[in-house]
Amino acid sequence: MKLIINGAAKEVAATTLAEALTELGHGGTKVATAVNEDFVPAGLRSTHELRDGDRVEIVAPRQGG
Amino acid sequence: MPMFYGTEIASRMMLGTAQYPSPAVLAEAFKRSGAGIATVSVRREAGEDQAGQAFWELIKELNVALLPNTAGCHSVREAVTTAHMARELFDTPWIKLEVIGHADTLQPDIFGLAEAARILSEDGFQVFPYCTEDLVLCDKLLNTGCEVLMPWGAPIGTGLGLNNVYGLRSLRAHFPDVPLVVDAGLGVPSQAAQAMEMGFDAVLLNTAVAKAGDPAAMAEAFAKAVDAGAMAHAADPMEPRDMAAPSTPVLGKAFLE
Repeated sequence: MKLIINGAAKEVAATTLAEALTELGHGGTKVATAVNEDFVPAGLRSTHELRDGDRVEIVAPRQGG
Repeated sequence: MPMFYGTEIASRMMLGTAQYPSPAVLAEAFKRSGAGIATVSVRREAGEDQAGQAFWELIKELNVALLPNTAGCHSVREAVTTAHMARELFDTPWIKLEVIGHADTLQPDIFGLAEAARILSEDGFQVFPYCTEDLVLCDKLLNTGCEVLMPWGAPIGTGLGLNNVYGLRSLRAHFPDVPLVVDAGLGVPSQAAQAMEMGFDAVLLNTAVAKAGDPAAMAEAFAKAVDAGAMAHAADPMEPRDMAAPSTPVLGKAFLE
């Protein structure tokens, strides 16, 4: 299905958020996620079913002021 | 030393982690500042480069408390979602809440800020609101559950210092028991000393240190100014007056024609 990952369209085979993260190279890394502007806790990623067109945000620690 | 939500921090200086010329300079600036709190953010991560993972390793080694921010958020929903992501990533209930209302001044949207602070406080966050020195706003923020206030000195990144000394002094006078941190706008150590002399509990710096020619030296200079200002406040400064008053005793002066 087609997802919007961090603002860019991407085709993925995954059906859950956890699968999508692994497919996109985030397996085991320190990231946090939101789908369609709502936070999805790490513990719910494996049961969070994605739908075509979902907007997925994947963020990590970064420099800040 | 300042106490934030029951945690005592062994420094009155809080330091941002952005804009340094290199990770090594960042680490050296923290070392020489003695800062006890580092501000951090969350940003989009690409699976290919994973820049955030390297940064995470770097900040863990700083051995300071982390205060994630919601920098760049312009709506309540965006700030709340970002705060949740930050809480999970950094494993802390602390959040430096920014809800920006104006693109040129990066002035807080005070209405959105109060609303986001209420939502997050109810959800167990310990909110450090980046606010203006407006008394009514600050009162509302305290009523929503905030136990710290972080008024700006001047707009973020300007280095203009304390733009509204009267307003900041009023804030200190009205909320004598609330930890107050001057966040944003400081450019040189004398401005940090001024804030501390006025009785503020801490200052938060980033650009003034990171964009100095020698960030590590500037970090130490700020640390000394912060300590000097805090010590001066505790020593109870004299009241200024308009008329001169001789400091050398008048009595006993020789009368010479």
